Amino acid sequence: MPRHLLSAGDLTRGSAELILDTAERIDQAMAGREVRKLPTLRGRTVVNLFFEDSTRTRISFELAAKRLSADVINFSAKGSSVSKGESLKDTAWTLQAMGADAVVCRHSASGAPQQLSGWVDGHVINAGDGTHEHPTQALLDAFTLRRHLGRLDGRRIVVVGDVLHSRVARSNVLLLSTLGAQVTLVAPPTLVPVGVDAWPAQVSYDLDGALTGADAVMMLRVQRERMSGAFFPTEREYSRGYGLDERRRALLADDAIVMHPGPMNRGMEITPGVADGVNSVIVEQVANGVTVRMAVLYLLLSGEMDGGL
Amino acid sequence: MAQPVAGAPEILTEILGGAQIARTIDRIAHQILERNGEQPIVLLGIPTRGVHLAKRLADRLTAFTGRPIPVGSLDITLYRDDLRRRPPRALEETRIPAGGLDNATVVLVDDVLYSGRTIRAALDALRDHGRPAVVQLAVLVDRGHRQLPIRADYVGKNIPTAFGDDVAVHLVEIDGLDSVELARAVPTREEITGLPGEGTS
Repeated sequence: MPRHLLSAGDLTRGSAELILDTAERIDQAMAGREVRKLPTLRGRTVVNLFFEDSTRTRISFELAAKRLSADVINFSAKGSSVSKGESLKDTAWTLQAMGADAVVCRHSASGAPQQLSGWVDGHVINAGDGTHEHPTQALLDAFTLRRHLGRLDGRRIVVVGDVLHSRVARSNVLLLSTLGAQVTLVAPPTLVPVGVDAWPAQVSYDLDGALTGADAVMMLRVQRERMSGAFFPTEREYSRGYGLDERRRALLADDAIVMHPGPMNRGMEITPGVADGVNSVIVEQVANGVTVRMAVLYLLLSGEMDGGL
Repeated sequence: MAQPVAGAPEILTEILGGAQIARTIDRIAHQILERNGEQPIVLLGIPTRGVHLAKRLADRLTAFTGRPIPVGSLDITLYRDDLRRRPPRALEETRIPAGGLDNATVVLVDDVLYSGRTIRAALDALRDHGRPAVVQLAVLVDRGHRQLPIRADYVGKNIPTAFGDDVAVHLVEIDGLDSVELARAVPTREEITGLPGEGTS
């Protein structure tokens, strides 16, 4: 297991399974308890360093750290010295001086957490960098999949939507293939990144064909904020070609699940009926996010004196 | 205090064999019954070997009393105070019996009692799962060297050990045989004679 969690690609099958197994145990240990808090990381400091807005991921990390009794500092770029022109390196030195044991970094620039990991002694966790990666989202998706489908070997998982801008898709492809699943990416040709041939996944433009008999479908959010160019003619056309509705859901295998990393554009990439339907595990994904992040923090921050994992 | 040297020769002594372990478990089961009478008892094993010992104890208690005894397991890893000093450990299962722990007599079961830190962590963990009326401790082996004021209520065997000795408990469920072994480093000439040995100062 690496010292930092920067990319889902850095995880071997063994280390990925260790994280998922640990999350399972933590979930067991927390189940049905009045006090939903463990003393595991008492006295440690986790800094949430968010250069990009993300309420959901930040709260999830904050809750995970607090449930392990760590001290949490939330640092958002807005209203901080970053908006006054401080560089990432200066921020890193500040964190270093404050003795942060772990830094959870979200940045709009791909590779920022990687840079940060060279400047601080604490463990760096990538909480989403640009269009690059979001490894803990992939881990929570894998955790959710494993709960519903058991082992992922040979399972067919379809990832649909804005693959070009999606760090979730990239991390999921890397992690799910490490865990033995077959991933198919489905997107309009304009939203498929260059170099996708090198990814351990198949690419298809035919959603109906890909969904038939699949074990899970993961819908991606259409990232309007990143759509400076014209990637598809109209929202309605996108919805018709790549949206998940009741008819398409019925093409999946019987025990298949429907996933979405959120926030959803209801009515565009997914219809409300499917998002709230029986096979949807979208709310469960959020709950699993906290558990998986607790596992990551535990594994990175214990045994620190021996130089990490 | 002599510390074992990696790769140094060791003397292995079998302290308990399979039959003796079975008799020891029977004896502890009787002691638990004598002490607690008709009180409802919950056994909680501390992973890994404590869980199997707890199951065996429960089987014997059921055989003696004719009533089922709830057994669970309590992983204490997340409650340890030395996580920073050790490599990360894979977590084991925590399973609290359906009836819960409130107002029950909980008997913690572990294989070896040593520093007492595991039991301290177990007491912390217990507090998060409920409020037992009484907590007792049963161990197969007490090897001494306590670092905390903790004492077992039921001890299979007291084994006086040196700080650097290693006590290994093997159980059929995990290791394929039942035995308790003491591994002691072969004493140096200095330790035997009190005279400086070759290569020591």
